[in-house]
Amino acid sequence: MQEFPDFFELPLEKWIDRGVNWLTVEGDAFFDAIGGGLLQLLLWLEGALLWIPWYVLIAAVALVAWRVKDWRLAAGSAVGMVFIGLLGLWEASMQTLAIVLAATLLAIVVGVPIGIAMTRKDWIESLIRPILDMMQTLPSFVYLIPALMLFGLGKVPALIATFIYAVPLSIRFTNLGIRQVPADVIEAAEAFGATQQQQLFKVQLPLALPTIMAGINQTIMMALAMVVVASMIGAGGLGSEVLNGISRLEVGRGFVAGISIVILAIIMDRITQNMAPARAKAVE
Amino acid sequence: MAQVEVRNLYKVFGSNSNRAIQLLEQGMSKQEIMEKTGHTIALQDVTLEVERGEIFVVMGLSGSGKSTFIRCLNRLIEPTSGEIRLDDEDVLQLDKEGLRQLRLHRMSMVFQRFSLFPHRSVLDNIAFGLEVQGVKKGQRQEAAMRWLDIVGLKGWENSYPDQLSGGMQQRVGLARALTTDPEILLMDEPFSALDPLIRREMQEELLNLQAKLRKTIIFITHDLDEALHLGDRIAILKDGLVVQVGTPEDILTHPATDYVAEFTRDVNRSRVISVESAMIRPRALASRHSGPQVALKLMQQEGVSSAYLVDQNRHFVGIITLDDALAAARDGAKTLQSYITTDVPRTSPDAVLSDLLPIAAETAVPIAVVDEEGVLAGILPRVSVIAALAAGANGNSSPASFSMNGSRAPETQPDAESEAEKAVVPEL
Repeated sequence: MQEFPDFFELPLEKWIDRGVNWLTVEGDAFFDAIGGGLLQLLLWLEGALLWIPWYVLIAAVALVAWRVKDWRLAAGSAVGMVFIGLLGLWEASMQTLAIVLAATLLAIVVGVPIGIAMTRKDWIESLIRPILDMMQTLPSFVYLIPALMLFGLGKVPALIATFIYAVPLSIRFTNLGIRQVPADVIEAAEAFGATQQQQLFKVQLPLALPTIMAGINQTIMMALAMVVVASMIGAGGLGSEVLNGISRLEVGRGFVAGISIVILAIIMDRITQNMAPARAKAVE
Repeated sequence: MAQVEVRNLYKVFGSNSNRAIQLLEQGMSKQEIMEKTGHTIALQDVTLEVERGEIFVVMGLSGSGKSTFIRCLNRLIEPTSGEIRLDDEDVLQLDKEGLRQLRLHRMSMVFQRFSLFPHRSVLDNIAFGLEVQGVKKGQRQEAAMRWLDIVGLKGWENSYPDQLSGGMQQRVGLARALTTDPEILLMDEPFSALDPLIRREMQEELLNLQAKLRKTIIFITHDLDEALHLGDRIAILKDGLVVQVGTPEDILTHPATDYVAEFTRDVNRSRVISVESAMIRPRALASRHSGPQVALKLMQQEGVSSAYLVDQNRHFVGIITLDDALAAARDGAKTLQSYITTDVPRTSPDAVLSDLLPIAAETAVPIAVVDEEGVLAGILPRVSVIAALAAGANGNSSPASFSMNGSRAPETQPDAESEAEKAVVPEL
């Protein structure tokens, strides 16, 4: 067998090490500022979720579920959340919920504009697309470590890692949704003298909304899928429970935390799935 | 002066369009250019004028460039070269904002596939033009309601496009285009997607509306019948070239090329042939003050059985039949005054021949063609009506035309002819 010649070597590994080291030192202030802001958001969300009495939150979720779908979803959501409480995982669940919501919020704020930009110019799309592919296929542990180095141990790198994992979906779905808007409808808007901005807000975004909502739903699911991994670097919440359960061979503990994640996932999935406006759904 | 003037308009699809135009000017054919450079020449040296307030139809088959043409007018498609003058302002020189103002206020469009906004109610669709103009909600909805009513969709304002039939959707499309009160209405095959009965209905409504609004309408179609029916003037487009521009009558009676002739062959000519082109001169023409002897002599000379009477200004008075003239002579009357038949069917020179079919079926005497001043312009024997219709139709449809007046006419054709002949003044 022929060995690959080792006298010629591409030192990419060393370059990346050096780059990350440089960023850690030189970009310290910058990443601290970002990290500080994100931490504030996260703590505020967590605080709010834990401040609200459990029965009020359950009632609120049930109300939303009833509004977007029907009483059955409302009842199911309420039962699920009570069940989590009975398992003694209410606080952990709220921590997880906070990080998922924060990551989703970030993904929308960052992802939707990028998705829109991709529809404007084809070169932007061909630039962004491979980056998205990389974000989705790169094993998450690979960027967990640099995130750790840049932001330090704790909730912020966990949030960043979750965000990186989840944001490609909101970008992709926004891009897809806007590109799916029939060309003749946009042409009509143009023929009536609508500006680019008017076309975007009066025609393209409303028509793309069901697809964008599907993207947000997927973003949430992705974020939930990351909670266990993220807990390795200090995300806390249900992920830590699972992790602790595994490391101490406490099968039951890991199992109930796992079930709680599933319950949260189902409730959030069903609610966001039905959030797209009824009229826009008929358009799909 | 024409409201819209299009001069030497070219549209070439491809990266180096000017090179393609050069080749074209050197005499290379479209096909050669396509093969050599990969450029498609969609419009080639289009020059035409559209008058204010007319329905100008651009007719062509698919691939003729008609959709490209109409989109060049509001620059949804950017022309390669040429001029489009709208009231002496060159549309192609407008900057982005100028073009937007043009689309907002002066030109609007109706689309083949309606292209309504599916997420907006009917009312919000109609109000869209005003909304992008920045008109306040109450005001634009009020205007939209008015147009909704005019196009006959009252009560549907809160529905959504997908709840409406095709014809209703296009009414919304029409109302949407009219709400901004544009000078020019661009209609890109607006009725092609509708089934024939609805299409017919929409055509009539467009004509009714146009009679009141007097917009300048540029109407695209692939249907010659539609073009002839709606168009004040028609331009025929083939492979991006204007083959002929003219009134429907011009197109039918003087096709410029074999291509146009081929097109018009199958058309039911009756619909557009005017009375003027089918009428004949009355040969036995007498003054109302003539005596019976004069009339009888005229009829004898011309070999006819009735004479037309006019006053000194050639205003039509009535007819005198052979029998009545003989009676007058027998009675020793000085003038024909009391023997005149005034109950004669009349029509105007601008009338359309096919509309006269019911009258031709009823009358025993030729139809008098009288202009606005009451002057006798000519006469229209019923055989002329039928013969003209038959000439336009295929050979075997002429008996069918005759059978239309079968209720009155004798069963066999020769008898029908002779009966007609008896009433007809001149023998042709």
